[in-house]
Amino acid sequence: MKARAFDYMRPKCVQEALEAFVRADGDASYIAGGQSLVPALALRLQAPGLLIDIARLDELRGLSVAGGHLRIGATTRHCEILGSDLVREHAPLLARAAPFVAHPAIRNKGTFGGSLALADPASEFPAMALALDAIIEIASVEGSRRVGAGDFFIDLYETALQPGEIITAVYVPLASAKTRTAFDELARRRGDYAIVGAGIDAEMQGGFVERMRIAFLSVGSTPVRVGAVEAALTGRQLTPQAIRQAQDVLGTELDPVGDEHTPPEMRRHLARVLLGRLLGRLEANV
Amino acid sequence: MSGKVTISLAVNGETIEALVAPRTTLADFLRQDIQLTGTHTGCEMGVCGACLVLLDDRPVHACLMFAVQADGCAVETVEGLTHRRAIDDLQKAFHERNALQCGFCTAGMLVSAYGVLASGDELDRDSIRDALSGNYCRCTGYESIVDAIETTARLRRQHMEKEEA
Amino acid sequence: MNAFAGSIDRPNSYIGRSVSRPNAKRLLEGRGRYVTDLVLPRMLHAAFVRSPYAHGKIVSIDIEEAKALSGVRAVFTGEDLASICAPWTGTLEHFTNMKSPPQVPLPLEKVMWSGQPVVLIIADSRAVAEDAAELVIVDIEELPALADPVDAMSAAAMSKELADNICFATKLDSGGVEEAFDAADTAVEQSFIFGRHTAVTLEPRAIVADYDPSENRLTAHHATQTPYQFQDVYSRHYGIPEANVRVIAPDIGGSFGMKLHVYHEEMAVVGASILLGRPIKYVADRMESFVSDIHARDHRVTGRLALDRDGRITAMDVDDVTAIGAFSSYPRTSAVEGNQVIRLMGAPYDFSSYRANLSVVFQNKVQTSQYRAVGHPIACAVTECLVDAAARELSLDPFEIRERNLIPDSSYPRTSPTGYQFEKLSHQVCLARLKSMMNYDALRVEQAGLREKGILRGIGIALFVEITNPSPAFYGVGGARISAQDGAILKLTPSGEVHCSISVTEQGQGTETIIGQIVADQLGIDREKVRVMTGDTDTTPHGGATWACRGAGIGGETALQAARKLKANLLAVAGLILQAQPGELDIRADWIVETVTGQQRISLAEVARVAFFRSDTLPPETQAQLSVVHHYAPQGYPFAFTNGAQSCLVEVDAETGFVKILKHWVVEDCGRIINPLLVDEQVRGGVVQGLGAAFFEECLYNEEGQLTNGSLADYLVPMACEMPDIEISHVETPTRDTELGAKGCGEAGTAAASAAAMNAVNDALVGHGAVLTQIPMTPTRILKALGTI
Ligand SMILES: Cc1cc2nc3c(=O)[nH]c(=O)nc-3n(C[C@H](O)[C@H](O)[C@H](O)COP(=O)(O)OP(=O)(O)OC[C@H]3O[C@@H](n4cnc5c(N)ncnc54)[C@H](O)[C@@H]3O)c2cc1C
Ligand code: FES
Ligand code: FES
Repeated sequence: MKARAFDYMRPKCVQEALEAFVRADGDASYIAGGQSLVPALALRLQAPGLLIDIARLDELRGLSVAGGHLRIGATTRHCEILGSDLVREHAPLLARAAPFVAHPAIRNKGTFGGSLALADPASEFPAMALALDAIIEIASVEGSRRVGAGDFFIDLYETALQPGEIITAVYVPLASAKTRTAFDELARRRGDYAIVGAGIDAEMQGGFVERMRIAFLSVGSTPVRVGAVEAALTGRQLTPQAIRQAQDVLGTELDPVGDEHTPPEMRRHLARVLLGRLLGRLEANV
Repeated sequence: MSGKVTISLAVNGETIEALVAPRTTLADFLRQDIQLTGTHTGCEMGVCGACLVLLDDRPVHACLMFAVQADGCAVETVEGLTHRRAIDDLQKAFHERNALQCGFCTAGMLVSAYGVLASGDELDRDSIRDALSGNYCRCTGYESIVDAIETTARLRRQHMEKEEA
Repeated sequence: MNAFAGSIDRPNSYIGRSVSRPNAKRLLEGRGRYVTDLVLPRMLHAAFVRSPYAHGKIVSIDIEEAKALSGVRAVFTGEDLASICAPWTGTLEHFTNMKSPPQVPLPLEKVMWSGQPVVLIIADSRAVAEDAAELVIVDIEELPALADPVDAMSAAAMSKELADNICFATKLDSGGVEEAFDAADTAVEQSFIFGRHTAVTLEPRAIVADYDPSENRLTAHHATQTPYQFQDVYSRHYGIPEANVRVIAPDIGGSFGMKLHVYHEEMAVVGASILLGRPIKYVADRMESFVSDIHARDHRVTGRLALDRDGRITAMDVDDVTAIGAFSSYPRTSAVEGNQVIRLMGAPYDFSSYRANLSVVFQNKVQTSQYRAVGHPIACAVTECLVDAAARELSLDPFEIRERNLIPDSSYPRTSPTGYQFEKLSHQVCLARLKSMMNYDALRVEQAGLREKGILRGIGIALFVEITNPSPAFYGVGGARISAQDGAILKLTPSGEVHCSISVTEQGQGTETIIGQIVADQLGIDREKVRVMTGDTDTTPHGGATWACRGAGIGGETALQAARKLKANLLAVAGLILQAQPGELDIRADWIVETVTGQQRISLAEVARVAFFRSDTLPPETQAQLSVVHHYAPQGYPFAFTNGAQSCLVEVDAETGFVKILKHWVVEDCGRIINPLLVDEQVRGGVVQGLGAAFFEECLYNEEGQLTNGSLADYLVPMACEMPDIEISHVETPTRDTELGAKGCGEAGTAAASAAAMNAVNDALVGHGAVLTQIPMTPTRILKALGTI
């Protein structure tokens, strides 16, 4: 399990990285935390001629609050999300999901931007970006653009990123006093990619759902928002009956795939169970 | 393509200048190029924890990064931790509790334990197990390892309380 | 025998004491020396091109481009190695009519499983060897794969040397089974599936083969538990005199039976070193391990129990079909597990009518063979699940039904209906101990209370019998050159310390530690003064090494007898120096003392100094024998059986099928315990391997015979968060066959853990209409059994 040979460069700024990618004529890959890319290289599933290391670029770092959003620099590591007071306060759903991402040592290197760029449907953060209606800031040699999470995840490992584009930051709308969240997943072992997982970001007023976004992981080729379920709950109280109805709607909305361990009907069933449990435990603080 | 590149990094406190192929992982660099074989590899894909080392004082998988990426960084392995006597108490607890059999997972276990003990968090058995969630051991069944880390945490706490008093 | 009378309070009485392992310090400081670490001058690296198909005909192999790659030193295919290596066949003579096709390092005509090595690349680095492997073009005409064992039984033979796909079939019948079932008040029947799993040692298989043509000498640094067996294999198959073959097994990163089989890769690498005259290193990467290490289990068993009105078992009837891959492994074969399954069935219980049918079948998958607790978990699970099923049928408590059926502790020696001879077992004591240790009655009360709140807890128990201390009846009688004896050399150093080299080997279980304890104990010297050496065929006597739980029982007895021999020699010299009768002297705390008074007369160091450097001061004609060699082979019972009882407590989430293992208890009786600390950790590690099999581990194949989860990310090994704390208690029934009285303990944990877990899950699901009879018990299988999905 040794990677094929490649060249390596560590650019000084995003612009230099972007240009290097263009010069390599597409035979290049960015590396951030490397926690997904390096295994793929070791297995020779990928073999780019050039690795462009973006992990140390200052422009891609940092957590800050500005203009009603929490800005998460692309190379913010999972452990920084997990340990951040800013995240706990302004994006409680992310704080809830973070302990479920991989293992401690992987969280010490893996990056938020890398996770979104990879867009593994079993990953926590892409699904949570969807549940949070985050905005993804993307740089290319042509300039910078912003894409909503809802338009970002296109298919299995396929995103709105064009070859050579870099995620520079992700903007998450700030939580309010009305925000209630819940996250959980069912994984065979701690830190494994889950069989199914879900996060809910809601605004509640006097016991009624004003707004709710629900995103699932591991139930399709992308992270999945369940609009029909959200609609079925909006404006209602979370009574056992409402929850049951939501579960029924979910049953028709999801079309999960199977794998060697888990048939699709198992995933659908577990998603229903998980939804019911999460709706019963929406909370304000992490 | 793929010429070797020069890197400079601190390994166990010593500055090392080396010429490496970009595809050489940090694990292979440590084990083969500079013969620090205390760090092991059991899967080369981030799932067994045998290759854990400290990168700028945080546990990371040496199989999940290339040596070139460690250029300018400080890497510490079980040999270095031993040499600067940072884990004497932990090693003693492992030894007395027989928290290792074949020893192939041990360096990784010690690095994970070092990380969680350094976090300053209150540790109970569940949080210790959680800290070891990425460390595979085929021999021990884990309980003895959890015991040894729990013992070390307790002794360190007692020691601190004594210092404060 | 059992003249052993070690008192724990005497100085240097180490037998029975929890002492830590001196050699563990090296491992804790990152100073272990594993084969994977080894670098030799001019060493080259190996990588293999493997078959992508489970079954196929090799049409052509194009190695030209690979050979031309810079850094590639050689590329070998089947013919290159077959021309210098005698083929091997994995059969044993005492398994009547057993058959298996001959094997060569790399295939000549056909590939027989997906992942089989086909081409060997030798290059300056592993990375370059892998680069070259990508350039080899192997054209294989795919043939239909036989993946399912039942299909394979009736399908046309897949090996041209054989008439069908049956490797071995046998029947046992003590008589009276039909009659007992006809007369039974209750009969229960269940069908079981035991998934394939594999050893997943953290250090993969590794070898550095170093052939020196100038002396026709092969040195193999080999991560194996049985160096002597490999010395013999390399010698005979490559035609090198045995004395010229040296196998060194240094620190080994786990073994569990997996590292004692002959693998095609290791054989090929030895051959390549002979052809090139250079050291060659091969370390299986994890992906290769999954498709080339032996797998284990893969049994489908149907079992029936007949019981009378009082819940007494009157008969048992079983049928086991086990699939072993394309070849029977060498030299221990792949039929041993099935054979032990049918012979261990029902072992704890008192009944006489037994019948069994065993079919060992070839198929297009990687070989299965001996892995920790060979056959035990299957026999135990079938027996114990059937006993629980009967208990449910008869509304008996699981403890109650077992108490009624156990072989009474007072009734030994006995022979089981399957032909095993039990010297002395302690089922009744163990079961009673288990019940009190786990606080069974309180647990049942708690369980009932939680059930009312919708929380499903389950308690499962399982009794087991384990085979240890094997005599030549195991392999020797079948013609295999696998020794049941061990040898030790004890040498006194001129400073009065002792060096022991012995043929049992260390993989972390603590062999060197217990041997050191025994030697120090018997000699009356400080443990720190005994240095134990293992794992090198040049410096240790030939012996069985490590398999089937023999290290403590046989290796320990070898050390004990050797130490007594050396002690007699030392006392004789001391007697000459002191002008005293050796019989009146003893050694205590490194001093020669008067036995009766304990008075110190002369230090051992002084005796050594005189004997080595001033022999002129000893009486003429004296030749002090300061080193001894001793061999010991087990006699008496063919095996020393051990026994014990386990319990598992689980909580099942009936909505998700997820199971949390809350706690596990073990009572076990391995005879004389040399070091409780080490025994406990053997048991814990073994239990976790059993729980892994029960809940997580399975090699999944598709219909084309492709392993679909062959990576450590996809094959689920048990990890820290999912495993419980394990409480252990001991009963000591020493064997009288040896002075030491020790039996084995390494497989006890694995033997019954999965059975206890199955019974626990089924106990939790009582009243929900689900009974699990397949492992691993995954959430999907649990929800399917519940009818939820
Ligand atoms: C054993 C193991 C278990 C894991 N378990 C989980 C888990 O449970 N949940 C989970 O979510 N993840 C898990 N991961 C994956 C981990 O979280 C990764 O770190 C993460 O998904 C990718 O982040 P990275 O920074 O490491 O990306 P890299 O590996 O560096 O890159 C991944 C891909 O994204 C591209 N990329 C990276 N950054 C950018 C950017 N800023 N702009 C554009 N493209 C970019 C790269 O070119 C590459 O194609 C696991 C990994 C391992 C090894
Ligand atoms: S070798 Fe790095 S995690 Fe297994
Ligand atoms: S001690 Fe062997 S893998 Fe942990």
